[in-house]
Amino acid sequence: MNVVVTGLGTTSPIGGDVPTTWEAALAGKSGVRRIEHEWVEQYNVPVTIAGQLAVTPDQVLSRPETKRMDPSAQYALVATREAWADAGSPEVDPYRLGVVVSSGIGGVWTLLDAWDTVRDRGAERVLPLTVPMLMPNSPAAYVELELGAKAGAHAVVSACASGAEAIAVAYDMIQSGRADIVVAGGTEAAIHALPISAFAAMKTLSKRLDEPEKASRPYDVDRDGFVLGEGAAIVVLESEQFAKARGARIRARLLGTGRTADGYHIAAPEPTGDGQKRAMTAAVEQGGLTLGDLSHINAHATSTPVGDPIEARGIRDLLGDHTDNVLVSATKSMTGHLLGGAGALESVFTIKALEDRVAPPTINVDNPDPDLAINLVRNAPAALPASGDIAAINNSFGFGGHNVALLFASA
Amino acid sequence: MALPENEVLEALAEIVAEETGIDAAEVQLEKSFTDDLDIDSLSMMTIVTLAEEKFDVRIPDEEVKNLVTVGDAVKFIANQA
Repeated sequence: MNVVVTGLGTTSPIGGDVPTTWEAALAGKSGVRRIEHEWVEQYNVPVTIAGQLAVTPDQVLSRPETKRMDPSAQYALVATREAWADAGSPEVDPYRLGVVVSSGIGGVWTLLDAWDTVRDRGAERVLPLTVPMLMPNSPAAYVELELGAKAGAHAVVSACASGAEAIAVAYDMIQSGRADIVVAGGTEAAIHALPISAFAAMKTLSKRLDEPEKASRPYDVDRDGFVLGEGAAIVVLESEQFAKARGARIRARLLGTGRTADGYHIAAPEPTGDGQKRAMTAAVEQGGLTLGDLSHINAHATSTPVGDPIEARGIRDLLGDHTDNVLVSATKSMTGHLLGGAGALESVFTIKALEDRVAPPTINVDNPDPDLAINLVRNAPAALPASGDIAAINNSFGFGGHNVALLFASA
Repeated sequence: MALPENEVLEALAEIVAEETGIDAAEVQLEKSFTDDLDIDSLSMMTIVTLAEEKFDVRIPDEEVKNLVTVGDAVKFIANQA
């Protein structure tokens, strides 16, 4: 059963929807800014920059919606409404409509606000909606309620690979015949003093605090960590048969998925990049393609000193003689790292790249790391082959050694 | 010291509007929370919790089921506050 993409939605640090986000990405715009919240100074938070939403959900959602949902669910709902409309608001049997929406961290704002309530105002003041707001499946559940989906609603969690894994599980749902349409993606709303402090304690965040827009610089020799981002992205996947029968516009194909684990360390990626390479290989094999069919990779590339070269090695080992023919983009240079939302947003970028036949830039690569030896798209977009079928991989890797590769192709 | 019922109604209507999106003007004394305003039990519990804090009153769980209409709630709160 072939799986196609018919709708896209996002709310990201560089745009409130897909058209503005994609336009900003092609223009090489950074969404990283100083965090203007009193808690930054109040708690002496060690990192003061992040990729914050370009359009906050209170500008899009109703007041009761924002009150009843954690920000992570709000972002997912905003992206879902855009993606569903983009797909033409399909008429579909609710028992054939599925949802897979992930978050890496979950409802951390709700959890910690409720804990403040317990301490400051007493346990009896904790609101009854706290559990439905903080549970990690809350974004998936609210998307399910929004669409009335009844084939199944899932929230797969694999840290920074969550959004990509959601799309992989959605692919499985369609392939196995459980659903005709699956709405899938990821969301994250973790720009909060606690997660920032915790990531900073791991020494994973960039400390280039005086130059927010230059802090996320994957593959640059002076990269010093990732920049936390927030937002959500959603794709509408369908069986090709269903999409064609309803006359849907097919934006791209999802040809295959690869999922492996490193079995190595709770946070560090396995140094040879073997697990990452096996994920990419599996996706290409499932899609029935050869390496020569690949034109583009949207890399996980978070801008950490340790992570970027491992992925580059995996890509090089995979591609061999084809390395120079595959344009690699690291869009986290512009958006920051959306954690559980990253794999979904970067899938949107990958799909748009195939559709428009252009690979987005990687900004801030002033001095490319000489060891990487991959064909990196640097400060301006680069053209992909103008004709014929083209294919691209989106990589996402998560703490815990979760490796997910998604293989997309032009419509 | 009891609160005037019109003040309680106004503040309660604001809480209901904020939580549910129902127009505050629709929150009238004779309206039933469930039948007229279509407020589910989770939202009702949220409104009770917020009202307890707002009016500095205690609304026991066993009392909540007796608060069928907005007027019932206004009366209960006004007498407690």
